[in-house]
Amino acid sequence: MSRPVDQAKNAETFLADTVHEQRLDTLLWAARMRRAAARQVPEWEELRTLASEIKEHTLSNLSDYMIQFEARATANGVIVHWARDAHEHNQIAYDILAEQEINLLIKSKSMLTEECELRPFLERRGIRVTETDLGERIQQLDNQPPAHITGPAIHKTNQDVAVLFSQKYGSDPNNEDTAYLAGVMRENTRPDILNARAGMTGANFVVAETGAMVVATNEGNADLSANTPQLHICSVGIEKIIPTTESLAVFIRLLARSATGDAITQYTSMFRGPRKGASMHVILVDNGRSARLGMKRFWHSLKCIRCAACMNTCPVYRRSGGLSYGSTYMGPIGIIMMPTFEIRKYSELPFASTLNDSCTNVCPVKIDIHEQIYGWREVMEENDQIQVVKKEAMRVADKVLSHPALYQIATTTLSTALEVLPHFAIYNRLNAWGKHRDVPEAGAETFHAWYRTHRPKTNEEVRRG
Amino acid sequence: MQVALMVPCYIDMFYPHVGIATLELLEKLGVDVVYPKDQTCCGQPMANSGCYEEALATEEHCARVFASFDCVVTPSGSCTHHIRNKFNAGADSPEKQNLVRNTYDLVEFLHDVLKIREFPWATFDHKVALHTSCSAIRGLNMASMSERVHDAVFSKPKALLSGVPGIEFAEFERVDECCGFGGTFAVTEEAVSAKMGYDKLAFMQKASPDCIVSSDMSCLMHLQGCARRQKQDIPFYHLAEVLNGVSPWVGQSAVGQSAVGQSGVGQS
Amino acid sequence: MNSTQALSRNTILDSVRANQPAAQPMPTIPHFHTNHFQTNQPADLVAAFSESIARMAGVVVTEDVPDLDSFLRARFPDAKVICSAIPEYAGTIKPANLNHWSEASTIDVCVVRSPMGVAETGSVLLSDTELQVNTIAFLAHDLVVLLDPKQIVPNVHDAYEHPHFKLRSYSVLMTGPSGSGDIGAIVVHPAQGVKSLTVLLKPPPNVGKRTG
Repeated sequence: MSRPVDQAKNAETFLADTVHEQRLDTLLWAARMRRAAARQVPEWEELRTLASEIKEHTLSNLSDYMIQFEARATANGVIVHWARDAHEHNQIAYDILAEQEINLLIKSKSMLTEECELRPFLERRGIRVTETDLGERIQQLDNQPPAHITGPAIHKTNQDVAVLFSQKYGSDPNNEDTAYLAGVMRENTRPDILNARAGMTGANFVVAETGAMVVATNEGNADLSANTPQLHICSVGIEKIIPTTESLAVFIRLLARSATGDAITQYTSMFRGPRKGASMHVILVDNGRSARLGMKRFWHSLKCIRCAACMNTCPVYRRSGGLSYGSTYMGPIGIIMMPTFEIRKYSELPFASTLNDSCTNVCPVKIDIHEQIYGWREVMEENDQIQVVKKEAMRVADKVLSHPALYQIATTTLSTALEVLPHFAIYNRLNAWGKHRDVPEAGAETFHAWYRTHRPKTNEEVRRG
Repeated sequence: MQVALMVPCYIDMFYPHVGIATLELLEKLGVDVVYPKDQTCCGQPMANSGCYEEALATEEHCARVFASFDCVVTPSGSCTHHIRNKFNAGADSPEKQNLVRNTYDLVEFLHDVLKIREFPWATFDHKVALHTSCSAIRGLNMASMSERVHDAVFSKPKALLSGVPGIEFAEFERVDECCGFGGTFAVTEEAVSAKMGYDKLAFMQKASPDCIVSSDMSCLMHLQGCARRQKQDIPFYHLAEVLNGVSPWVGQSAVGQSAVGQSGVGQS
Repeated sequence: MNSTQALSRNTILDSVRANQPAAQPMPTIPHFHTNHFQTNQPADLVAAFSESIARMAGVVVTEDVPDLDSFLRARFPDAKVICSAIPEYAGTIKPANLNHWSEASTIDVCVVRSPMGVAETGSVLLSDTELQVNTIAFLAHDLVVLLDPKQIVPNVHDAYEHPHFKLRSYSVLMTGPSGSGDIGAIVVHPAQGVKSLTVLLKPPPNVGKRTG
């Protein structure tokens, strides 16, 4: 049983590093503003509605679509595997590779493989894994998980990367030029791309009608990973299925604009089957998704297309950094997904939000994120995941606030009032409010008292009424 | 039409002058206002923390207190948003439904019900950094949001304040980013909350406003706390005070001035 | 399928069936033509396509290029290996000359024809049919794509009607050269793929007479 991730404490640590915090906040706010590319598309809101409806239709008919996909993919020459959980996924991937005596795997970015912790599983069994996505590779070399779902290393400064590459690749630690660093990565990864006999990708969308896997990248590294070797494994969560090629267009028009502000990513690729002499495997992964499908309040999070727009707009994420969540998925989508994996470990994540609702309004598939955040808080209460001290403070508050006489006595003095009002609840961190802020001072008298003396007539009338 | 005035708990305690300004403003507009004296709180602080079981009694008490009124006005976007959209700690009841249906934020009441646009008794020869809360923008649709790029730009608080002679608005960046208060978030994620407040103030200050105005005192409570800690003297006003025409110094300085009746900026 | 796999498959499908919410209908998807390119004239589509691809650091050559070889030699003076995937130009090698798909890394310039462009995004479609060896468009240093301007469709909805997406084992909508914004959100080129993408607006040779 794991202790809950203390996101607030991790955020505080991140904030102490003003250089990295300011950079992350500035970069991602700029990304958020680039979403104005949506202005190019007059039908943007209609597309969002369509995308949401297509996903809801598919998820509510998922079993049929899964069977359709399996049949089409199989007819295309793809070998379809089914993984109930992360471990089974990793074992299947390993077995495919071991059968071909593969000792080097190149792969493109896949949050699912992060979720399954595939890399350490393979590495322990003697298979070297090279991430071909620049951000993922940086994080791999630095032994850190991704900090953001589309830009895994977006929190690192150029200097961080220059130092890291000089340690791992022997490049110039003082050359922080972005193009130079991208060149160092390219030069050092190319040999692996050329020599690997197996490549792995994830998928953004799975088209049931044609049995095709769709992957969107900026670099083309999914195409390289899938096309250069003769063995391609594609791992994907079952929720990524969409019905038709026609419906794919709706999502493609929304995805890049939501993620980076570009109309489309440089490479929007479709893998339908192996080429002659090569093999293609697809691993369909459940790992809790089918269970989440049955959660009345929370199944809409399965609509997610992994664009990260919610993260870019989230003011809490930008001040906390992605690693503060201690989870595979972070930011708004993370705090509503992670409790489905491990409720205790992630019991504090739903509180890492001001409930400002910005996320819901940028989500291309209209997930009701802020409502799910609120809903998870209630679930935490129901599942006794709320700290006893906090609950007790709330109980006291409720008692006082539901009894006018008690309330009025309590609010006559500042110190007693502070004990009552949950805003200043002293359950969690002592005098937390006052750490960086001045405490408000009580008025000379409460409004209640003022009204009694200044509007005695109406006061009397209401009392009688 | 009789209007019941709901004064949020934290205004009752810390910013009674905002309740007074709201009351006086409504009276100036010829509204028959009463203040049910048994009111306390809407239960939002407990409910937002997930502790909805601990919000139950307070919520029901609130519904009972206002049961006989078909129009309830409160100078708080966050309380209105909570009542209208999240008032479900316990089972539904006719009293609750009544309150859900009939509660208005002060801005909504003035802008949409009374349809007032002019406040001839007031002047405010100052440059205002107007802050609109997330509850008001995204919960109550009181202003457009930058996330929705195709929506027409509008702001009900700004429309009202524009009716006060002399007023000028400071244009600042990240105008609809959250200020960081977030209810109990302000203490549970204190570091992030404060940083958001500091950032919001910094963006506002770049536009050199004379003061900061909002229709949500909870945001201002937080921003003021941040500002004072940074030794920034900038005054904070609730929108009701500006529209009412009486602008006492709100600044809760370390000296602890009483807020009511203090002569200050804007008095002619 | 072995017995473990059969069990996994059934477990997952049973769980999905048990949990999936009440069926919701599939919406009708419009193609949103009325908002774009009112006249739908080829000239407008070319202009829109050029603007879109330029935003992604792609280059469009609209002027006539009578001799492809001189054009390529002038544009890529250091190129030694020019791989041509089009019948009308020999280049120095053909995709069929590659023994292994990784050998495409020896290519300096790759020349290929795309059957379709997309004005909304500045994308060109490529598939295993045009490429023959898929890696030539990724491992080469520079990529030149020939595109008949009459084959530019207005938007992404139109694009996905192309039969390639239902028939080809590999297809890609390619938009500009390979890039990455993973460091500091500054997009640099190239990342892992080609350094430049140049589109030559040129119909294929021996196009039959058109009526109407």
